[in-house]
Amino acid sequence: MRPPPGTVLRYPPFSRFNHWVTAVCMVLLVMSGLAFFYPWLYWLTVFFGGGQMARATHPWIGVVLFISYAIMVVRFFRHNLPHRDDLRWLRALGHVASGREELVPEVGRYNPGQKFVYWANAFLILILLVTGIIIWDWYFYNWTTIEQKRVAVLIHSIAAFFTILVLILHVYSAIWVRGTMPAMTRGYVPVGWVYRHHRKWLRQEAELAAQGKPSAIAGAPAVRTDPR
Amino acid sequence: MTDLQSLNVIRISASDANPPQLRQNVEVAKLIDVTRCIGCKACQSACMEWNDYRPPVGYFNGTYTNPHDLSHDQFTLMRFDEWVNDEGDLEWLIRKDGCMHCTDPGCLKACPAPGAIVQYSNGIVDFIEENCIGCGYCVKGCPFNIPRYSPVDKRAYKCTLCSDRVSYGLEPACIKACPTGALLFGSKADMTDVANGRVEELRGQRGFPNAGLYDPPGVGGTHVMYVLHHADKPEIYSNLPKDPHISWLVQVWKGAYKPLAVAAMGLAIVGSFIHAVIYGPNEVDPHDVEAGRRMVDRRSRGVIPPRPPEPPPVSHVKPEEPVK
Ligand code: HEM
Ligand code: SF4
Repeated sequence: MRPPPGTVLRYPPFSRFNHWVTAVCMVLLVMSGLAFFYPWLYWLTVFFGGGQMARATHPWIGVVLFISYAIMVVRFFRHNLPHRDDLRWLRALGHVASGREELVPEVGRYNPGQKFVYWANAFLILILLVTGIIIWDWYFYNWTTIEQKRVAVLIHSIAAFFTILVLILHVYSAIWVRGTMPAMTRGYVPVGWVYRHHRKWLRQEAELAAQGKPSAIAGAPAVRTDPR
Repeated sequence: MTDLQSLNVIRISASDANPPQLRQNVEVAKLIDVTRCIGCKACQSACMEWNDYRPPVGYFNGTYTNPHDLSHDQFTLMRFDEWVNDEGDLEWLIRKDGCMHCTDPGCLKACPAPGAIVQYSNGIVDFIEENCIGCGYCVKGCPFNIPRYSPVDKRAYKCTLCSDRVSYGLEPACIKACPTGALLFGSKADMTDVANGRVEELRGQRGFPNAGLYDPPGVGGTHVMYVLHHADKPEIYSNLPKDPHISWLVQVWKGAYKPLAVAAMGLAIVGSFIHAVIYGPNEVDPHDVEAGRRMVDRRSRGVIPPRPPEPPPVSHVKPEEPVK
């Protein structure tokens, strides 16, 4: 669907599809993983058709997650590189957390918190893949020693714990910052939202539009279809 | 045997349920007197018979150890080792390998599936196959490298100490078959007595000053014990561990870290709610809408507006929008 005037295109359809595949895999992995993690949570296996099914599907979903997230990592890479201004934003973290965004330096396409989620997941999911394969006994039992598997399962467990914390941060931010969800559902966000949360990005895009170049601004002469 | 109705279960994997404490059975033990074993493998065959498994015919690898390893259809295995002693003589060391039925079982500690591993009050550690999910955690938990993953049905298997036979007052099948008395079964106290007598004999009359009983304290003692001629170096018996204990990695993995991690995840969610209640939603206000609209509206301004002045550092008041 074409973004209506007064909005800015944030995610084209493929990005949204990519994101939601990743999200569904992540939720399923958290559910089946937590079932093995602690006895109180073993009941989560019912969503997979029992313990055997949860055990059998978890690593496969992990592989899909890895591929899906790897695509996101490549496509969003440019926007998530650290920037000198990020430090100033981090120093204003208290104002960020209390929602007083008028006291926070302007933000480009992603703020440092979003970049943190991007990079934390990139590293954690890689660790989860490697350690997960080491403990995927059905295919890879003979590849490693038992001692190596003990190390791997402990690291997998701890990495999963941190991944879940990052996930909670990510989901809560998306809910708390009102108006964010449509970015990933419809793909576009109102100009006011962009002005408030990503003003530097809005200025860049508006400048492009003013020069008649393709931009993310809906209603501009040429709407760029590649912004990710 | 799988339910608690027998009142004999004292420990259940992945469960905080209180097992029935009504009955305390006599602790049993299998005593393997390595010094009397002739390596005839009658026990190995009896195990196949009773448990009715038939491993595929293997190949000869130059030793008597056959098949070459424990497997999901090989619960016990005679391991043959040749060892040159201090006098330069060759000693043929034969050890019956299999589950040791630890008092503090690493497999049970590691298992994530409620009720897939239980410990009976007589000390036997048993895998309850209908609850097993086939994750292989027990393999990582075991200090003796015993449980094996079945490629056939994706569950883990090991020696049951013939818990089915023992629950009816019979001795395990291997004991029944042993022709030399190298295998004995009874209460753990009796077996320890017998073993101590034999150790004394080995030390005094037989010229094995280092003979001893293998009942390793690192795992709380075991319900399968060995009499060894060289108890000071159990490694020479096909790598029998000298001081077995549950790996510290498994202790950390299955220790306090888990409930703390669950609590931390819960707190993160609770903390999010508290944050939402304290600060309310972060909403776009009319000022943002207006300013944003102006920023993109090329026609009204002709150029992109200059960067708004830096807001005062601490004030809660929104900066005034420059008046046109
Ligand atoms: C990326 C590829 C992944 C692979 C190949 C993988 C593989 C595995 C395997 C083989 C197990 C053992 C249980 C089983 O066999 O199912 C396991 C356990 C687990 N996985 Fe994964 N996994 C992956 C990603 C993830 C992710 C993204 C999470 C969630 C954040 C996760 C959370 C867990 C947890 C919590 C456990 C239980 C650990 C414990 O018992 O302490 N895994 N994983
Ligand atoms: S393989 Fe079965 S018995 Fe072993 S730890 Fe996993 S669920 Fe428990």
